Amino acid sequence: MSLLERFARGEADAFEDLFRQYQGRVFAWIVRIVRDRGVAEDLTIETFWRIYRARHRFRPDGNFSAWAYRIATNRAINHLRRRHSRSEVPLPDDLAQPVSGDVNVQQELGRQIQLAVRTLPAKLQMIVMLALVEERPYQEVAEALGIAVGTVKSRVFRAVRRLRKRLQQMGVENAGTRRYEDPRGVKTRVPGS
Amino acid sequence: MQEHDDTKIREALKLAFPAVDQELPRDLWPLMLRRMNQPHPGVPWYDWVLAGAVIVAFVFFPKLALLLAYHL
Repeated sequence: MSLLERFARGEADAFEDLFRQYQGRVFAWIVRIVRDRGVAEDLTIETFWRIYRARHRFRPDGNFSAWAYRIATNRAINHLRRRHSRSEVPLPDDLAQPVSGDVNVQQELGRQIQLAVRTLPAKLQMIVMLALVEERPYQEVAEALGIAVGTVKSRVFRAVRRLRKRLQQMGVENAGTRRYEDPRGVKTRVPGS
Repeated sequence: MQEHDDTKIREALKLAFPAVDQELPRDLWPLMLRRMNQPHPGVPWYDWVLAGAVIVAFVFFPKLALLLAYHL
């Protein structure tokens, strides 16, 4: 009898084997979205707890990995949603004013972009993290979300559009002459420049 | 959105969100065991009240479903 069959029958040993086999991959997937290792540990446990509770609904001929990623993604989205509703995202009054010093400018712009991302709906935040920051293939993102690749593309489009609008409101968009200075020496213009 | 603009925003995002260590720091099985042994709390009464209120709201204001669908 296969491991997945034993798991579906409710054998604790099989669940432990699956847990040990997939915990690292699930953790890595979640941490890419939430960017916090402590939170990612909690959400990994929560993901496997849901997998364990739903074991009788799992079909042994199905794709366990895709199923686990789907549940992990939903847990991460729920976390982003709760964080989104809790955070007031305070913006300083002098946000649009120039900041002196290259390092300060870079840090400030980075902080503003992080704030702008946090104001997006949870699903768009997740798309930003996976598709734009982590550059995961659209196909992989689509499978984890259970949506079509075309939907991922349209969400990327919406996320970028809303991000640009938000950055404009924050006074970042017009900072066309500002440049990020990567510690590695790569110069990058800020969005909208 | 032009591809050119997309590239710039991607670069800015990658600089704003530095790479995070994706290596699992420890075996989480002991925590998992603890979680499995915890008693599972039932659904609290206020969740049922909220669910009822949402259903009633949909009956009287069906267009609210679109708003909810957008945010989900």
